Amino acid sequence: MNIKIGLEVHVQLTSLKTKLFCSCSADYRGKPPNTNICPVCLGMPGSLPRVNKEAIKSAIKVALALNSNINQVLAWARKHYFYPDLPKGYQISQYDGKGVATFAKGGYINIRVNGKKKKIKIRRINIEEDPARIVYPTGDAETSSYILIDYNRSGIALLEIVTEPDMNSPEEVRAFLEKLRSILEHLEVSDLSLEGSMRADVNISVGDGERVEVKNISGLKDIEQAIRYEVARQIDVLEKGGRIERETRHWDSTRKITKPARVKEYEEDYRYMPDPNLPFYIIPDELIEEVRKTLPELPEERAARFINQHGLSEYLAHVLVSSKALADYYEKVAELSGVKGDKVAGLIVTDLLGWIDSEDLSNISRIVPPEDLAEVVKLLEKNEITIKMAKEMIPLLVRGEKPRQIIERMGWSVIRNRAVLEKIVDDVLKENPQVLKDIERNPRAVQFIIGKVLEKTGKKGDPKIIAEIVREKIRLS
Amino acid sequence: MRAVDFLLSIKRGEIDDVKLIEGFRERVIAEDEKYNIFITLAEPDEAFHRKRLLSGVPIAVKDNIVTKNLRTTCASQVLENFVPSYDATVVERIKSEGGVIVGKTNMDEFAMGALGTTSYFGPTRNPLNPSLSPGGSSSGSAAAISSGLVPMALGSDTGGSIRLPAAWTGIYGLKPTYGLVSRYGLVSYSDSLDQIGPMASSIFDLELLFGVIMGWDEKDPTTYDKHVPSEVFIKRAFMNPDPHIMRNLRVALLKEPLVHEDADQKVVDRFMDYVSELEAYGAVVEEVSIPLVNKAPQIYYVIAFSDASSNLARYSGLLYGKRVVDVIDTDWDEYYMRNRKLFGWEVKRRILLGSFILSAGYYEMYYDRALRARAKLYDELNKVLAKYDVIATPGSNIPPLPLDFDASDLSRLNAIDSLLVIANLAGLPAIVIPLEVSTNTPISIQLISQKWSEDILFEIGKYIALYISKLERELEA
Repeated sequence: MNIKIGLEVHVQLTSLKTKLFCSCSADYRGKPPNTNICPVCLGMPGSLPRVNKEAIKSAIKVALALNSNINQVLAWARKHYFYPDLPKGYQISQYDGKGVATFAKGGYINIRVNGKKKKIKIRRINIEEDPARIVYPTGDAETSSYILIDYNRSGIALLEIVTEPDMNSPEEVRAFLEKLRSILEHLEVSDLSLEGSMRADVNISVGDGERVEVKNISGLKDIEQAIRYEVARQIDVLEKGGRIERETRHWDSTRKITKPARVKEYEEDYRYMPDPNLPFYIIPDELIEEVRKTLPELPEERAARFINQHGLSEYLAHVLVSSKALADYYEKVAELSGVKGDKVAGLIVTDLLGWIDSEDLSNISRIVPPEDLAEVVKLLEKNEITIKMAKEMIPLLVRGEKPRQIIERMGWSVIRNRAVLEKIVDDVLKENPQVLKDIERNPRAVQFIIGKVLEKTGKKGDPKIIAEIVREKIRLS
Repeated sequence: MRAVDFLLSIKRGEIDDVKLIEGFRERVIAEDEKYNIFITLAEPDEAFHRKRLLSGVPIAVKDNIVTKNLRTTCASQVLENFVPSYDATVVERIKSEGGVIVGKTNMDEFAMGALGTTSYFGPTRNPLNPSLSPGGSSSGSAAAISSGLVPMALGSDTGGSIRLPAAWTGIYGLKPTYGLVSRYGLVSYSDSLDQIGPMASSIFDLELLFGVIMGWDEKDPTTYDKHVPSEVFIKRAFMNPDPHIMRNLRVALLKEPLVHEDADQKVVDRFMDYVSELEAYGAVVEEVSIPLVNKAPQIYYVIAFSDASSNLARYSGLLYGKRVVDVIDTDWDEYYMRNRKLFGWEVKRRILLGSFILSAGYYEMYYDRALRARAKLYDELNKVLAKYDVIATPGSNIPPLPLDFDASDLSRLNAIDSLLVIANLAGLPAIVIPLEVSTNTPISIQLISQKWSEDILFEIGKYIALYISKLERELEA
């Protein structure tokens, strides 16, 4: 069945110092409730907003990175609705119409799923203020008899990024969100590993069914789970001969299901109007050019550089750039060890990532310092350990052990001393005279000898050197 | 006593700077019974800054301008118990110049009304004649001055709310150029029309208070930073006017308010006598007609009511203000409906009309057209001001209405609205200067000039006060 998915992603511009319209700190997490507030973000009577210019710069960065067209007449609209998380009774946002316009229009993000490239179109980008955080004492709106409101989050700068319904599977959504996250990380506008920093409303339609909106899902993992659940639910309804009506559903993150909104949510009229307190501001061409000049290398360019200059495979290059932390990590290890390419990347992607929770990716440098992995790579390069040993070392490194400690404790270290190895080879050949005779008829006899030698070294002998010695000795004899 | 005389006497060491506030509270309590001027009185405070511009001058503040730790109600039941946590910028500036805020004055609820009769705390009476309205919405500030309790006060003017009560109580009032006085701390009614302005019993005091409160404020993005410096007004407040100001002054006499079908002939005739005097003193007066002026009230209503519906969305008793019911079963619709019933009838009427105008489909029909008509009016007024120094109208073309006047009879209010709201719609400065004071028919003149040209209005105002109206005497500096 044909699946169509469109997203409205809300990301906090966590790198800003202050909120969007006042000078309260943008770093609200972990503070006692209702301490990071002022008359403006509380919407107190008489207070007036003023725009955080840095937020505009960040939005310009993102629009440029997503190939979106910036509307240079910056204007703000009030979106009205009554809800306790909204202290003014309206949210200052942006809108297309009524004499104002959205921040940027159009654009796209390229994603890759199973090696296939696809373009996901962006419909628009808006800047808006985050509402307050509602806390349900029981964790659930329906069973709570009262609510608590924490205004510390009220007024935090958000970017709303809306896509066209171009995604056809949960995998594509995941790829899109990972790519978006990586772009925002490379731009250094957001740290999306922070809780609640990325939230989405998802529109899903399956087959001929109507569009269903699942609202306010927080975090990449839950967004993906919600979509999987909702797609399966809709297919199930359709297969049983039912119909999918247009509706709004909510994601229950504890039970991992979507549920219909408690009250029938009708198409709300937000009574948009231009905000008269925030005069139109013409974004100068020079500012856009200035921002464009300072744009960092973005994931796609970075992957291309990895492929062309480091000789990385396309697959590994794209896995690495799916997270800025990961790509940075690879480059650091490559730099410290002096070794680049698939050998290092493979060790990170196929081995190290297997032991790290995907949620902890941004902490990878703290879990296994790049210096440690670089040392492993260097040991490998000098043949002091084998690749097998290197792989075995990874989980121990994750546990916090140091490469040298592991090698000592395990009694590893490769024997590469020719004289030592030659002596053992001689011994083995002496002990197995009949094999030497068979050697011309049975080429596998060489492997047998090498195996015997390795056994005698307690698997510490360098197989390459042993093979060389064995071949030399056979030729001599 | 004029504040400027008092301040000069302090400077000369003749009197003590606490003289004006001595026994103030007792006087107020005695007078207030007659006129219902104050909603909240401040505790008498002698801890003001000494030896500054306004040291020891008692100043009344309209109750829609927030004052730290001093109840601010907007004359509404909704904010009956609201005590702000911060001072409006204008209040900060007054306090830092040693001015003493003595109390918060009565007004129409949320500044919506022309007679001062929509206050939840009951109507204010006109000190010239207690059976008449003092005019609104800054009714209490006007009465506080007219009754002699304070020399100066702050009002706010969205569609004539400073100038009408000034005209009806025989005092001076200025609606400054939009963007010249910070609105930070003024409880918004209609953001693009609202301005705080000075009211006073002397034109010199008016200029002094204006000099203190005016000027760019980083907290209000709609304030302008290139203007006549405040020092100019502060200096001139202690100087007699330019004796040549009236010579060849080009005055455009606006025809529409004089021939309006609801204009009072006696008021118009008496006003014309004074216009002849202006000519006798050298002014060149010519009649101009701007027919669009007759439509100004309709343009004003559409914009102001829409803004009001948005600005008053924040009052729900959730964060501050009065709460009638708590939320039950998270039924927020019910919560908002019940708590928002506390607004008075006129406020509800304006919120409902404004909400209707902003609804989908009607925006273009009303709001958008009103904005275009507003732009046209702006052009037409400025065309006239390119040829003339000032536009002149009566301060009011009808005598003060009785307190029991049926405010739903819009026609007579329309007559005054049209001459008052044009200055707000075009963002122009407008001053009302009393010409003669009587118990039933005070006569005044309104002068409108180009943006940022308050200095001319004050010079003309002083000249009229001294030589034409003879309500004042020259300064003995």
